[in-house]
Amino acid sequence: MTEKLTNEETVTFTLNGEEKTAVKGELIIEACEKNGEFIPRFCYHPRMKPVGMCRMCLVEVSSPRGPSLQPSCYVEIQNGMEVNTQSDPVKKAQDGVLEYLLLNHPLDCPVCDKGGECPLQDQTLSYGPGESRFIEEKRHFLKPLKISSLVELDRERCIQCGRCIRFAKEISGEAEIDFAGRGEDTEVAIFPGKEFDSYFSLNTVQICPVGALTAVPYRFKSRPWDLEQIESTCQFCAVQCKLSVQSSQNEILRTLGIDSDAVNQSWLCDRGRFGFEAIYSSNRVNSPKIKKDGEFIDVSWPEAVEEVARALSVAKIANGPDSIGFIGGARLNNEGAYAFSKLAKGVIGTDNVDAQLSDGIDPNLIFGLRRATINDLDQAEIVVTLCGDLREELPVLFLRLRTLVANEALLLAEFSIGETPLSQYAAFRRSLVPGKVQNLLEELKDSFLSSFGRDDFEQKDGGIVFVVGNPGIGIDGLEIEHSIRALAKSFPNAKFLPALRRGNIFGALDMGLSPGLLPGRVTLKSHGSFFGDKWVCVPEKVGKNTKEMLQSVIDGTMDTLILLGSDPISDFPDKNLVLKAFEKAKNIICVESIMNESTKYAQVILPASMDHERAGTVTNLEGRVTHAGDKVTASGASFDDWVIASLISAELGDDLGFNSREDIGSEICSFAPAYRSTEKYFISGNDFGDGVVVPIAQVPVSIRARKSDPIEVPGLSSIERQGSPIRSGNSLPSSVAKVGSESQISFDNSMFDLNSTVSYKLLEEKRESSFYLVLEKSLYDNGTLLRESKSFENSARESYFKLNPVLLAELGVNEGDMITVSKESVKVKGRVVADSLVSVAVVVASWNQNSADSRELISLDNVNIVEVER
Amino acid sequence: MTHLSAELVEKCKKVVELYPSKRSALIPLCHIAQGQNGWLTPEAIEDVASLVGVSPAEVRGTASFYDMFHLEPVGKHVIAMCTNIACMLAGAYELLEHAQEKLGVSPGGTTTDKEFTLEESECLAGCDKAPCIQVNHRFFGPMDNASFDTLLADLKSGKLADVVPPHGVLIRIDREHKRKVNYEAIDAERVEIDAAIKERKLKLEAANNATVGKDS
Ligand code: SF4
Ligand code: SF4
Ligand code: FES
Ligand code: FES
Repeated sequence: MTEKLTNEETVTFTLNGEEKTAVKGELIIEACEKNGEFIPRFCYHPRMKPVGMCRMCLVEVSSPRGPSLQPSCYVEIQNGMEVNTQSDPVKKAQDGVLEYLLLNHPLDCPVCDKGGECPLQDQTLSYGPGESRFIEEKRHFLKPLKISSLVELDRERCIQCGRCIRFAKEISGEAEIDFAGRGEDTEVAIFPGKEFDSYFSLNTVQICPVGALTAVPYRFKSRPWDLEQIESTCQFCAVQCKLSVQSSQNEILRTLGIDSDAVNQSWLCDRGRFGFEAIYSSNRVNSPKIKKDGEFIDVSWPEAVEEVARALSVAKIANGPDSIGFIGGARLNNEGAYAFSKLAKGVIGTDNVDAQLSDGIDPNLIFGLRRATINDLDQAEIVVTLCGDLREELPVLFLRLRTLVANEALLLAEFSIGETPLSQYAAFRRSLVPGKVQNLLEELKDSFLSSFGRDDFEQKDGGIVFVVGNPGIGIDGLEIEHSIRALAKSFPNAKFLPALRRGNIFGALDMGLSPGLLPGRVTLKSHGSFFGDKWVCVPEKVGKNTKEMLQSVIDGTMDTLILLGSDPISDFPDKNLVLKAFEKAKNIICVESIMNESTKYAQVILPASMDHERAGTVTNLEGRVTHAGDKVTASGASFDDWVIASLISAELGDDLGFNSREDIGSEICSFAPAYRSTEKYFISGNDFGDGVVVPIAQVPVSIRARKSDPIEVPGLSSIERQGSPIRSGNSLPSSVAKVGSESQISFDNSMFDLNSTVSYKLLEEKRESSFYLVLEKSLYDNGTLLRESKSFENSARESYFKLNPVLLAELGVNEGDMITVSKESVKVKGRVVADSLVSVAVVVASWNQNSADSRELISLDNVNIVEVER
Repeated sequence: MTHLSAELVEKCKKVVELYPSKRSALIPLCHIAQGQNGWLTPEAIEDVASLVGVSPAEVRGTASFYDMFHLEPVGKHVIAMCTNIACMLAGAYELLEHAQEKLGVSPGGTTTDKEFTLEESECLAGCDKAPCIQVNHRFFGPMDNASFDTLLADLKSGKLADVVPPHGVLIRIDREHKRKVNYEAIDAERVEIDAAIKERKLKLEAANNATVGKDS
């Protein structure tokens, strides 16, 4: 990145008489800003194409016919250009534009959510006329207009900058809002009877330069000057967008996206933006609980921890450490994950630890791949997706990829179960059928690369990025892994972006919360003796994954389960297996924040703090380690996960050796090979905006100043100006730049042998009249964190089945009808959705939506073949 | 199932074919769709949206910009009455007043029998017929109160059915185009033109240089 910047061609121009330089191709507004001259603007947004709509940014530019007023957000800087931003004509133009924009703008700042952080207010004060000559009646509208369950529109405040509309068209690709009318009647409008139905709708609220668009959950909640903020990281999915968490009186009220060039480029998904509401759930676990006579009673921490330690020691003495298992961990931050990893593997001595719920990818494979960064997508010539619907699973990653393919910046090959919002842009796509995934490699080479004249990609495959994940439950994970290995072997220089979706799953895996692994992306085999020296013990043999653990509980070889912020009953594909195991288990201990289905089976519940209540680091799908801060104090008697692990360990008689999360940070940095030299990020984490991709030497640390245009992210800078500084800076201290060179890495991904073969069972052929069942995940479902957030409690849809329209015709059903899908005696009803890209051999079912639960039909041991009837 | 008749959908598809980018057909398609009910029903808008591959909100946004598209139901005959300068001087306001009285509606209104919608319009480019009016985009003029009354009667009785279609349809793009824009030909031509220009430039330069040489 830095190299690229220095190679760019420069031009010289004069700014108000002084000679300055700029990068060729930059807009005048950007060039001036970099040279310290802020030009007022409304419609210009650095992450969207310029439109020149508002005319606020007029400057005088020399031309053959003398100086003329030009919109600086629309005109590129040229060599020798004379730009004047201070002249009388410019001042007069600014005056005029503002007077004009204010003709119809109501003077209701005192009751407007934007008041205090409003670009229109601010710029009117700095550049405006001070008085208006307009005495006529302003326009009026019915207000507010609810355009979706999350967004309200006050049309009379709109200044027609088009930012919201351009976001919907250009960035998210869902043009559900547009201008309607003409002249003074122009208004932002949805289509009558429809909603602004988008996972990204609240970004429009953030970029609206006035108070026309407001977020329902935040409307009238607070004034910006009463908010305090910190920079943090969203932990709802593995993209881990950078955001500012803002609270008043110890209550989080909203979050705003931060423009991190490497990750989210200022966007957030709606779920990430207001998902924090789960913190205020009425089902929050506020104190440790022990079950007595079938009822939970609140107890003190020492009592609860003693109970847990007693259960663990009894289990360990009676049946050995292998009778204990840990399930989950993606909700934990890296410090919590490391502490529990150390407790399980280094103190108790069990390797039955799995952060994934048998729906992901083997970390031994992920660690062996050449990992891509999100920014690698920008450079890629070809992107191949072999994963679920990215909009549902990793929303902001979807935004990046969608914008790139929609602008024809790369060729997309899509391997998916059915239609996704990316399908329409795909140069090549195939529908996946369980058991037939292995043909993918041949398809890719023979049909795709050759037809685009890219046969030589096998030698020059540096431009390919594969986005790989589990395309749907019901396709054997091993089959997918087999294909990924084959791809990695055929394209040795291609990069891979693993698409697991759970919040800090990559942090959990990196910290060793997976069978056979130890912290820092190393195996028990390779580093067992190293950690054996440092820790009390290490497990003797490779342990079980979640599915195997549940089976062992059922057959009696395990009896104690510790659930680390996971709810297998709602989140594990095979619900019946979980229920059977939970009924049989002797001890179930939950480290949990909110009561859920699984906590009902617990003997002890230990309350854990949630995102934004605890400080620490997290790792995203690129392997980027960033800081996630604590904005509010933890609810009730909740503790951070690492504290809970330490308490249990101490009670078991072995001190984990941590007095603070910084202690854990330094231990991770000295023990975990892939995390060498990251101390700065762990210990004084606050100052390192975009974090660093581990292991450090593999990806050069890129430094790029954050864009800090006050209008780009209304709120951040405005608030900053009014006090309460944001805790982390916009630019990296120069010391960080050197991090890459000083490290000696002992991490080597070649220890994960991509050639090791996995065997997966071949599918039994299904009968002509039956179908393979595949489950797909949605962003909104009945998961605990969503159900407990006020804004999303009703966001789940009715259960559905997606079928190819050909089959609908055969079955004589229409879209919207109810059908029954059955497997042996289990029958599940759901609405029919037609999807012409689903194979005729497959039925796709929804996951964890309202009414029927399609998981009844899934069992991980069998091939999932179902029948369909009307 | 589309709201537009199968016939119109076919017609729309042909029109879409004529453009290099589908969305360019948006406005012609709105005209065709308006031809069915006299106004752009939400269902028709959704059909147009899917035919040109944009969202219904975008189609509605575009259509709402133009006065000739109706987003609310209109009568069988839409009467547009010009009140710009030429017509105004020739008595357009008096005529408008008469029309309002006669129809019992003000501009923008539709009679209860759904026969007529009255609109006040800008110059219709029929100034030679001032005061000029359009009924479903067919010109009539010069008008006076009496001829206006006769016109209304004739329209109602169906006497003018041949001249004035039930709904204003402007679009006549059903030429049987065999192909889209021939880019190859245009590009080839461009290359030729560019080459010719270059050649001329070179010649001129050579000539210039020759003269310069002579002078010195
Ligand atoms: S609603 Fe806001 S963002 Fe949208 S056009 Fe109006 S002022 Fe701009
Ligand atoms: S994409 Fe993921 S990380 Fe980003 S805001 Fe949404 S849930 Fe949070
Ligand atoms: S016209 Fe340049 S910022 Fe709006
Ligand atoms: S002024 Fe009436 S038609 Fe031109």
